[in-house]
Amino acid sequence: MFEILRASLKTGVVTTRYPATPAEVSSRARGRPEIDWANWKDARPGATICPTGAISYQDANGQREAKLDLAKCIFCGLCAEVDGAIRMTNNCQCATPRRDDLSTRATYRLRGDGTHDQILTGPLVGQPRNPEQRPVETESLETLGKQIKQRTSKLFGRSLHIREVDAGSCNGCEIEIVGLNSPVYDLERFGVHFVASPRHADMLLVTGPVTRNMELALKKTYDAMPPPRLVAAVGACGCSGGSLASTTPPVAAWTP
Amino acid sequence: MTVLPELLSIVTELQKRFRGRLDSVRTAHVNEVYVHATMDLVAGFTAHLYRKWNARLVSFFADDARPGEGAFHLYYVFALDAAHGFIVLRVPVSPDKPEFISLTNAIHAVNWQEREVQDMFGLKLLGHPNPRRCALHDHWPEVYPLRKDFDLRATLPPFQGEHHKFRAVEGEGVFQVPVGPVHAGIIEPGHFLFSVAGEPVLYLQLRLFYVHKGTEKLFESLPVPHCVRLAESISGDSSFAHATAFCYAVERAADVEAPPRARALRTACLELERIYNHLADIGAICTDVAFVTANMHAMRLKERVLRVNERLAGNRLLRGMACLGGVRFDWDTEQLRALADLVNELETELNSLVELIRGSSSTRDRLETTGVLKPELARDLGIVGIAGRASGFDHDLRRDFPHAFYDKVQFTVPVFSEGDVQRRMAVRREELYQSFSIIRQLLERLPPGPICAPLAEVPPDRTALGYVEGWRGEIFHWVRTAPGNRLARCKIKDPSLQNWPSLSEAILGNIVPDFPVVNKSFNLSYSGTDR
Ligand code: SF4
Repeated sequence: MFEILRASLKTGVVTTRYPATPAEVSSRARGRPEIDWANWKDARPGATICPTGAISYQDANGQREAKLDLAKCIFCGLCAEVDGAIRMTNNCQCATPRRDDLSTRATYRLRGDGTHDQILTGPLVGQPRNPEQRPVETESLETLGKQIKQRTSKLFGRSLHIREVDAGSCNGCEIEIVGLNSPVYDLERFGVHFVASPRHADMLLVTGPVTRNMELALKKTYDAMPPPRLVAAVGACGCSGGSLASTTPPVAAWTP
Repeated sequence: MTVLPELLSIVTELQKRFRGRLDSVRTAHVNEVYVHATMDLVAGFTAHLYRKWNARLVSFFADDARPGEGAFHLYYVFALDAAHGFIVLRVPVSPDKPEFISLTNAIHAVNWQEREVQDMFGLKLLGHPNPRRCALHDHWPEVYPLRKDFDLRATLPPFQGEHHKFRAVEGEGVFQVPVGPVHAGIIEPGHFLFSVAGEPVLYLQLRLFYVHKGTEKLFESLPVPHCVRLAESISGDSSFAHATAFCYAVERAADVEAPPRARALRTACLELERIYNHLADIGAICTDVAFVTANMHAMRLKERVLRVNERLAGNRLLRGMACLGGVRFDWDTEQLRALADLVNELETELNSLVELIRGSSSTRDRLETTGVLKPELARDLGIVGIAGRASGFDHDLRRDFPHAFYDKVQFTVPVFSEGDVQRRMAVRREELYQSFSIIRQLLERLPPGPICAPLAEVPPDRTALGYVEGWRGEIFHWVRTAPGNRLARCKIKDPSLQNWPSLSEAILGNIVPDFPVVNKSFNLSYSGTDR
């Protein structure tokens, strides 16, 4: 007993002070890629090398619409290696309440040699023809934090109980979600608690692309939750891995 | 191509013994020989290899070669540890008579693998003791996803009926306890059905493949460089090991060798992966017997490793580091110092953690003699990796089939014979110390030079086996290449697939509340199994 206490005292406090201080991310970490939209000359190299199709383009009538979809991006950094207009940042904070907000697009004038030059529209975040489409902004994360806080405190008071369901992930997301419970991040200090049963949960946290064999289990878990309930998708697979949008209930937060 | 002398002598013996019955013998690599034969030879050939040469059947799979060769092919991969080589037996199955003979009664390790071939290729399994569905659940329609004529984007007919019919277990006072597929913790999904009489478990049935994603099929649809990133997502906790096993397979197919520095950096990354997973598991085992403080320390240490991973590879799980021909990032002095500091710090910390756990008699009481997997059983089931070594089954690809830089560093392989949870934890503890030593040796003599060999395009119609001893056990990737820098087939073999049945055995006679800790002590990957 005394040994246990001694070890704890010797270790001291290891919890990060985030969000009072910025997240402790190495400058070498690869976070979201950033495109210099105004000076982007060719979407093809990035689209060819991108393993998940996060960078894509469509050519029509002498115009090119190029798109970066962070919901698909796995932060591999390959695009930045082949295209000088793309830069990897160490910013990993991409969560948003709207799936569409993860994609940014711009249209260009297409040239004969397949490159593009003058930017015609954009870059715009969200879906075209959607009233919520708007220019790229930077403070969206803070806005999101505030929105979620307002929403959760309205719904659930100051605590949020989460039921996590792996619907086909590779267990990478689970490693990081378990990590949130470590003394370093100590998620419970925010009143966020992982629970064992959907009956106790306010939020369903889904990882993975939702496999055929997990479809039913996921739906039953959701149905077992008492309303009001939220759904959050974690990871590139959870955010863009295929069937999710059609098979599951409304998703409140997207965290690639 | 030359063959390792020990392997050559075995092949010569086989040619003599099975004279006239081996269609052809082909050397693909210095330690990889293919033998072509027919179905009727399989049982005798296998028995001979097992008895005379102490072989192990490490992977069994099928390949739809109908477009090129007019038949399905079955592959039996045997590891000959003493000869440091592989013998791969290839057997054709005619599309007119799509069936094959089971080996499961003789070699239990192929049980699930044979059933998976039956599900995925529609080849009927003859003489199997339990030929029910395995990879596809019972409510799937009749489709054979790994056949070439199955389109990845096909819309499946509606699913009907039950996921799985468990066997009935009856008797006075016998109860069934279903658990899953969604578990109480933050872990992957799988269904366990316990049959209990009072507290002790009489029988445990497993239903897995809930996270089957068709990964092997996906490999066939992507250009080879993209496949490396896909390989990182086979099992998140073994991202680097799987990606490296895949790269190694492709490199062998293309006859390209990664330069020494790349191999050394790969070794360092493999050991880092081992370190963070072993730390996490030691902590989690303690949690499951209510010693949470130890887990808090372990999680704190694991976080340290993940942060160093981020500095070394740009990603906490070492993703993005692997590439065909070597590794993507070289490390400068600042990064190498971070690694050296990490190892020193972890060694001291691990000493205190081990002391802390040793001081807790209630923890030891819960771990010793719990979840015993007897050595004979481990051998019969072909249990590999940590679980095998805790039960006296002494195999480690790092030593027996040196890959990456393992032939240039010294280390020992800890082996215990008791096979309980305590020993599976002890294997992890000892391996951690070995990993620290391996990384120190690497840092002392890190070879200079390039970190990647050019590999622009893989030549078509080659086959190759890639392998890596991941932290959990041996990982195999087998590829057959196709024109246009693509793959015709990629077979992934995670150690979990082979090890799951051991859980059903180890839990027998234990009480249900001990299941979490027994399960954790194996810590098998659902995603690696289900793919
Ligand atoms: S970082 Fe990787 S996944 Fe993301 S856009 Fe670039 S190439 Fe695609």
